[in-house]
Amino acid sequence: MLNISGLSEGIVLDHIEAGKSLDIYYHLGLDKLECQVAIIKNARSSKMGRKDIIKIEGGLDKLDLQILGYIDHNITVNIIQDNKIVEKKRLKLPKRITNVIKCKNPRCITSIEQELPHVFYLADEQKELYRCMYCEEKYGK
Amino acid sequence: MRHMLNPLDFSVEEIDRLLSLASDIEHNLPKYAHVCDGKKLATLFYEPSTRTRLSFESAMLSLGGSVLGFSSANSSSAAKGESVSDTIRTISCYADIAAMRHPKEGSALVASQMSSIPVINAGDGGHQHPTQTLTDLMTIRSLAGRLGNMTIGLCGDLKFGRTVHSLINAMVRYPDIRFVLIAPDELRVPSYIREDVLKANHIRFKEVNNLDDAMPELDILYMTRVQRERFFNEEDYIRLKDCYILDKKKMKLAKENMYVLHPLPRVNEISTEVDSDPRAAYFKQVQYGVYVRMALIMTLLEVEKPC
Repeated sequence: MLNISGLSEGIVLDHIEAGKSLDIYYHLGLDKLECQVAIIKNARSSKMGRKDIIKIEGGLDKLDLQILGYIDHNITVNIIQDNKIVEKKRLKLPKRITNVIKCKNPRCITSIEQELPHVFYLADEQKELYRCMYCEEKYGK
Repeated sequence: MRHMLNPLDFSVEEIDRLLSLASDIEHNLPKYAHVCDGKKLATLFYEPSTRTRLSFESAMLSLGGSVLGFSSANSSSAAKGESVSDTIRTISCYADIAAMRHPKEGSALVASQMSSIPVINAGDGGHQHPTQTLTDLMTIRSLAGRLGNMTIGLCGDLKFGRTVHSLINAMVRYPDIRFVLIAPDELRVPSYIREDVLKANHIRFKEVNNLDDAMPELDILYMTRVQRERFFNEEDYIRLKDCYILDKKKMKLAKENMYVLHPLPRVNEISTEVDSDPRAAYFKQVQYGVYVRMALIMTLLEVEKPC
């Protein structure tokens, strides 16, 4: 049994699809943080069989939940204070995401005006379909 | 401040008010000759368009206003690399309203976000062309006397034709609309129109290849041009361009009160022998385009309707 020291204050990202933790690590910019980060791969899970977990030392301000919700809204965000889980946050697909994905439509205005933010809105929650705010090009997950 | 970027930006009631105003303009043109005295329209055309630009200019001049602008990207600061955002911020200091055509999709939205004057999308690439849709709605409403309870045939390039997609989106908001989609297999409407617009709104429609068979049931026939610029392969263009040619023989199959619309320019998809048929409405459509743009300019500038 692998032993990783507990968090007295921080965030635990639980129920990450097995094998996806490193993607999330880089998407969230955790590689740029000074604090301790633990990545647990292929942990046993009664619900998922195998899952990944990320433990981050420190406050929620370090996390962009918008990006996390887009990457995988099934992840559970546990807030730890004084060695206890004080809050479990459920993620939702964000209604709008800015500069997370890029529009690939060569006819879109963003293809020639580099300074424009790449904004996508959630067009169909069931199909997890986003559309570019400018040209309405779809971007499926 | 309102903009007109997408025909669906306006509710059915707002469109109805706009079309009623356009109709009043049609019948009382002199009354509107000075309602925009002292106002300026900027026409920002980053790509050539004779019809749309002149229609906007004619509309503003008929309201007593004046126009300024450019008719190609080469004659604007875009040639020096200026962004749409910077251009519109500058133009906002010179004019009261702007009509913009740009080859890139979403350009009008970018302009509207930075503009301190109303922006009208006069075509943003293959994306939206709302004043063409308003023109089509006004033509149908004026000639058929209604916007619901009818069968509309759309013929030709239903895959790439943005006017067709916009018109379908606009018409599904009216009651008892039925579509007959007449196109070769290669140019059928995209699946998102079929699934997300027609089926999602429970609209009755059928897709056919034969124009002759469809003619008798139509109240409106909307013809489109197969556009050379949409094809990567010249062979495909040549094979499909003459698929449907409307001529006198086909018109004999149509109802007495059916109307033929076309966003123009036509190439050969409507034979010139049809032009003299009273049901040929495509040149009237051009005139309605001016009235509807007059109504739109007045609405966005919040100009009071004269007594």
